[in-house]
Amino acid sequence: MEFTFFIEGGNFSKAGTASSEVKKILKQLNVDAKIIKRTVVSLYEAEVNVVAHAFEGNMIVEIFPDKIVVRIEDKGPGIPDIDKAMEKGFSTATPKVREMGFGAGMGLPNIKKNSDQMNISSTVNVGTQLEIVNYLK
Amino acid sequence: MEKAHFYHALKVVEKVCIGCTHCMNVCPTSAIRVKNGIADINKNACVDCGECLNACPVNAIIVEQDDFSQIFHFKQRVALLPTVLLGQFPDDISEKQIYSVILDLGFTHVYEVDETVDVLTEATKTYMKKNHQDRPFISSFCPAIVRLIQVKFPALVEHIIHLKPVIDISALFYREKLRNEGFLDDEIGIFYVTPCAAKIAAVKSPVGEDNSFIDGVINMDFIYNKVLLSIKQNKTVGIKYEIDKHMSRRSIGWTLTNGEASQYSGRCLAIDEIHNVIEVLEKLENEEIRDIDFLELRACDHSCAGGVLTTENRFLAIERLRKRGDWYHRNKPIILEEKEIEEYRPYLLENISIKSIEPRSILSLDTDMMEAMKKMEKINRILKVLPGIDCGACGAPRCQALAEDVVQGKAKMTQCVFLQKMLTKEGLITPQESFDISENTWGIKRFEKKNINDH
Repeated sequence: MEFTFFIEGGNFSKAGTASSEVKKILKQLNVDAKIIKRTVVSLYEAEVNVVAHAFEGNMIVEIFPDKIVVRIEDKGPGIPDIDKAMEKGFSTATPKVREMGFGAGMGLPNIKKNSDQMNISSTVNVGTQLEIVNYLK
Repeated sequence: MEKAHFYHALKVVEKVCIGCTHCMNVCPTSAIRVKNGIADINKNACVDCGECLNACPVNAIIVEQDDFSQIFHFKQRVALLPTVLLGQFPDDISEKQIYSVILDLGFTHVYEVDETVDVLTEATKTYMKKNHQDRPFISSFCPAIVRLIQVKFPALVEHIIHLKPVIDISALFYREKLRNEGFLDDEIGIFYVTPCAAKIAAVKSPVGEDNSFIDGVINMDFIYNKVLLSIKQNKTVGIKYEIDKHMSRRSIGWTLTNGEASQYSGRCLAIDEIHNVIEVLEKLENEEIRDIDFLELRACDHSCAGGVLTTENRFLAIERLRKRGDWYHRNKPIILEEKEIEEYRPYLLENISIKSIEPRSILSLDTDMMEAMKKMEKINRILKVLPGIDCGACGAPRCQALAEDVVQGKAKMTQCVFLQKMLTKEGLITPQESFDISENTWGIKRFEKKNINDH
């Protein structure tokens, strides 16, 4: 099963909508509550990243009997140094974004912590592709 | 173990129900459908919040209560009053008068539930320190919220503080006290006067406990009427009740919004009204809100002052309770009860824990994930042909709910009036068939012209 959700860049009031939709679906599919939680936490982080940094993006969710694969692809500035972005506490967020409670620099490490597999690739001035895989068993 | 069937105090009086859609549309767990012209509550989904009762235009939804005369099965008859009860009466009626009438009704003891609040706050502080990994903590105070979390937010169940709510601690205290005075267990009857339906359900099928500590429940509006009637008719002879206790401002404010959250350190939030609570729980589940220490969540608007069995305007009731709290705070009358509770503190603290609270999600389409996926695909296909305006004319609150019901075999696609029109136009069903389907939902003769002289 596949679902696609659009993510609007810069609109923080809508940040979390896509992850909440995914949460609803996983609950209906009787996925284990702990796995839902991990997945949704990582998706929410990823969604906020798109809102905070990119122009727009899509969250493509594929559900298989044994795993959930989510791709978050955005059009945006990209990440010049992925290793650096993976460091805890590193953030490029502007003071304005931080004031809103986002951009504490926990994004990518937190996604990694809450997923079984995480793949990320990025092209500067083009965009970022993030893939999150969580196993259901 | 929790029982497989959940007791609900909210009942639909079929004779009175006019089969409108008010209750169905406000139910926060989508537990209501209209069938044969009558509201039908799904017992697994209902959390006894009482939103339906508030929305019903004809008072067809009632809170079932125990027969009052049952109190006389016991030698010792304890009335446990919620603090909000005193807020229901006009200023010129005194505490003494109210207590006296309640004794007159047949009780041997009258106590207020929130007298043991201090024991719970102490236990909660210890609990939060010991289990700090389970932050944020959610209070177990409101039974409708505990049930809401069980059915809708199963991942959050472990955050509920596994301690008895104050009503159970008080029941335990007074029972033990009377036992020590020499009464046998089956001679002691403890009756809770409830401002809401959820507390009744919690007494009848407790969560995380084998048995309830309460023997029966009496609706608060019943007591309110009895008291007022007796005072208006000057029936109470003399003042029997001597006030010999001190209700702290903390105890009096406990059931009001922020009564709990104000007692703990750290980031504590108080949220009332069930839709507000749902909004916060959604965010909590996504970890959109973090670093919260304690959450006081109550189903009713303005907490217990807004309970479905209250009679007084909630704002006026709250003002009176605040005044009462201030009076006690200034005058500090003789403290007898408080000292007694102190004696029992170790006993109460020892028995304050509750067992596990089981999640029981109503959301999953099937226990088998593959089946659930198939059902979800079907639902999405069905949703493409439904109008998406959530008119409720099919007897389900939303098109999504109808689609789910159809897939679960609980409803038929043709219940949708839009589809009926299309099918009739294309000659696939006759107008009579279409009419029959609607009569199934809305009841026989429902579509007949009403006689103007009928009321």
